Amino acid sequence: MSTLAHDDHHDHKPTGLKRWFFSTNHKDIGTLYLIFALTMFFVGGSMAMIIRAELFQPGLQFVDPQFYNSMVTVHALIMIFGAVMPAGVGLANWMIPLMIGAPDMALPRMNNMSFWILPFAFALLISTLFMEGGGPAGGWTMYPPLVLQTGNAFPFLIFAIHFLGVSSIMGAINIIATVFNMRAPGMTLMKMPLFVWTWVITSFLLIAALPVLAGGVTMLLTDKYFGTSFFDAAGGGDPVLFQHIFWFFGHPEVYILALPAFGIVSQVIPAFARKPLFGYASMVYATASIAILSFFVWAHHMFTVGLPIKGELFFMYATMLIAVPTGVKVFNWVATMWKGAMTFETPMLFSIAFVILFTIGGFSGLMLGITPVDFQYHDTYFVVAHFHYVLLTGAVFALMSAVYYWLPKWTGYMYDERLGKIHFWLSLISSNVLFFPQHFLGLAGMPRRIPDYNIQFADFNAISSIGGFAYGLTQLLFVYIVLKCALGGKKAKPRVWEGAKGLEWYVPSPAPFHTFETPPKLTKEMLEH
Amino acid sequence: MKGNPKLKSSFHKILLALLLTPLTAIAEWGLNMTQGVTPISREIYSMHMVSLWVVTVIGIVVFSIMFWSIFHHRKSKGVKAAQFSHSTTVEIIWTIIPLAIIIALAIPATKLLIKMDDTSEAKITVKATGIQWKWKYDYLDEGLTIYSVLDNNSAEVSQRNSGIDPMQSENYLRDVDEAIVLPINTKIRILTTAADVIHAWWVPDLGWKRDAIPGFINDNWAIIEKVGVYRGQCAEICGSGHGYMPIVVKAVTMDDYTEWVSEKKIEQEAKNNTKDMVLTKAELMTKGEGVYKAQCIACHQATGEGIKGVFPAIAGSSVAIEADNRLRHVQQIIYGKGLMPAFGEQLSDVDIASVVTFTRNSWGNNTGDVIQAKEVSEARTKPNVITAGDSKKEKIAKGNIDELTKAR
Repeated sequence: MSTLAHDDHHDHKPTGLKRWFFSTNHKDIGTLYLIFALTMFFVGGSMAMIIRAELFQPGLQFVDPQFYNSMVTVHALIMIFGAVMPAGVGLANWMIPLMIGAPDMALPRMNNMSFWILPFAFALLISTLFMEGGGPAGGWTMYPPLVLQTGNAFPFLIFAIHFLGVSSIMGAINIIATVFNMRAPGMTLMKMPLFVWTWVITSFLLIAALPVLAGGVTMLLTDKYFGTSFFDAAGGGDPVLFQHIFWFFGHPEVYILALPAFGIVSQVIPAFARKPLFGYASMVYATASIAILSFFVWAHHMFTVGLPIKGELFFMYATMLIAVPTGVKVFNWVATMWKGAMTFETPMLFSIAFVILFTIGGFSGLMLGITPVDFQYHDTYFVVAHFHYVLLTGAVFALMSAVYYWLPKWTGYMYDERLGKIHFWLSLISSNVLFFPQHFLGLAGMPRRIPDYNIQFADFNAISSIGGFAYGLTQLLFVYIVLKCALGGKKAKPRVWEGAKGLEWYVPSPAPFHTFETPPKLTKEMLEH
Repeated sequence: MKGNPKLKSSFHKILLALLLTPLTAIAEWGLNMTQGVTPISREIYSMHMVSLWVVTVIGIVVFSIMFWSIFHHRKSKGVKAAQFSHSTTVEIIWTIIPLAIIIALAIPATKLLIKMDDTSEAKITVKATGIQWKWKYDYLDEGLTIYSVLDNNSAEVSQRNSGIDPMQSENYLRDVDEAIVLPINTKIRILTTAADVIHAWWVPDLGWKRDAIPGFINDNWAIIEKVGVYRGQCAEICGSGHGYMPIVVKAVTMDDYTEWVSEKKIEQEAKNNTKDMVLTKAELMTKGEGVYKAQCIACHQATGEGIKGVFPAIAGSSVAIEADNRLRHVQQIIYGKGLMPAFGEQLSDVDIASVVTFTRNSWGNNTGDVIQAKEVSEARTKPNVITAGDSKKEKIAKGNIDELTKAR
């Protein structure tokens, strides 16, 4: 097999602190992003453990309601902005240049900055938990007037959000600039791997949505400290206005988390089915339609605020419409498997689980989209189950799949397949024990974000908590597997997986520090997907 | 997992346990949405069931095809992968079928939504106001107001490490001191609003929840068809007491309802006229403890210590100790201060007198003070010392008005 890059020992790379702090190398920054995301996954996860411990039994055993609320709030912010988004950006950093034949990201210094903002932003956010009055406790949605009751944590929360927004926007600009300017000759847009496509579309979502959030939280800041009343009815403002602003960001944000996952699964399934991706063009169009539609459905998060009936009808129809392109994607994945020659290594297992469990989350999403029924579902554990199905067994499973898929390319060694499979099965079982009973809790009438509950909810909460602890513990195994793989093992070939398509498999494993310093000459074979 | 029988058998055991759990669960626990007791709640229930079956059938079809493929199209069976990668016909079909299903679901949903939106011709209107952390109900046609707070038993049990097992009380966190009483077979309009932050009024048996937003009034309706007690709770995070503001609707016949209204009016008349009541210190302390548990414990805690940085302590607070601050103490309860809501309307003179007496003589606040209802009654007519002079807000408001007049 031909490889397109020269060997590792020709590279001149900085060492030590200088290498990591001042890095402008897309692979090192990608690694930093991924390590940071994994760290935050555990920080946010330990908060989830506190939540599940408190909910294990009725009665208040471990924490005060105020602290419980701040756990709920900070868990969400960390998992969304600290774990899933940076993990996606990390993968984009590592893989996009390798997949399109570019030497690096288009704006390497900005790349460094957009990463190094993150640790500081989260230091700000997490420091609030140790302040008098505790961390932000009004939910990650930050609805006023409640969020305006936050104590000293308030400005820290707002500035942390601003920083996270700045970091994400810089990351998005970088990805767009890279993809539009640095593709190797012959890599036309409709030849790009789907992972690259989903990230381009995600980047546009980020650039369009995050400034809106920044505006919204700035209005909160001036409402609290500078006497404005954007959201204060007594001053002529409107508390619901914030919800419109927030969800105009918030709904596209959901797809910011989900679209890269779609991209990953669209890489992994064809590789292990040894068959081209079914309906490549329709996948690209479906992703784009989902992204565009995502700006027209925000008020389905607000069906109970008392919208005019015409508004409720519009947002119901638009929401239900999203099921069509999402359905197309699922059907395409199934059709890709159809008549393939499948093997079931860990990445494939996580991707198949993604297809099933994300679809289950999509089903409850469709149910939630039916406005009159949402009047019952809204703000209950049914919603909690829904978004954890799409975000944990959806987005996070896809990210796990991606790590197992590309880990040998990053480290040069194969991971322990047996442990990988154990990690998969334990994750699969525990996450379903964790989240499936929450559907029942919601239907039976348990609202979300409560620290204590009536005894009729006791049994399912206990089951859910056991699943939660099991899922949390299982992820320690993941860390072990990754570390073990980084330190050594069976040498990985350049083409790690027999059926894998794409340019990244034409460079050696581990991928050298610098790749594609001169544009590669692409053959027809390299452009298959 | 091939070739590891030990692992396989333990895996089967886990799977078996998981399969059996839901079976017993179905028998014992509530798994599904309630059908409720209104025509609308029943329609919502059937729409929920229809959509649940639709997605279940789609799921079974799609996943069956997928699993069939997983079992048959695997490399280990010596299959050679086909290389097809698109089919316009198939893609058109699987775009149109979901579209048709969605339209079929949207039509009845639209009809139901239009029906729910029509609050006209309601016989009775009740306004529910969410307040951190209780509900206030105004029967607008009767001129009757009641406050509904978490019951004392739940409040006590729910204290952190109370040592009391919640499993003993069936309606733990789902009971209030005073339920809202509504007649059956009558179209009732329920307005929702809030005094401080956003809350949401939700009784699953009525079929809907609706946000209660300060400065907004949302309207909804229900016709309850069965006598009974229906329980729900606040559904929008509203601060540390969010889990502690239940809603209890007692549905009775029209005759019982009319009777309840007249009794309630007489009772409130008596309650509003307590300024001449004189109680002993022991009586005030007992009554005050009851009021404290119902109204104050959520923020100031059973220990009177509050929560540092969020809710100020009463134990050792100058307002609750110093003799000069007696009026301030009473007025702070009447008018509220900062995050603390005003209780002047909700609590009678004797309630306030007893809770002030209680807090001035508990947790080391040994003032020995005895406050009688008369003192509270007088405090209501005296100038407000809480906002007097030093209130920044008052200054700002005044400043704005002065400036506006100047500009004119």
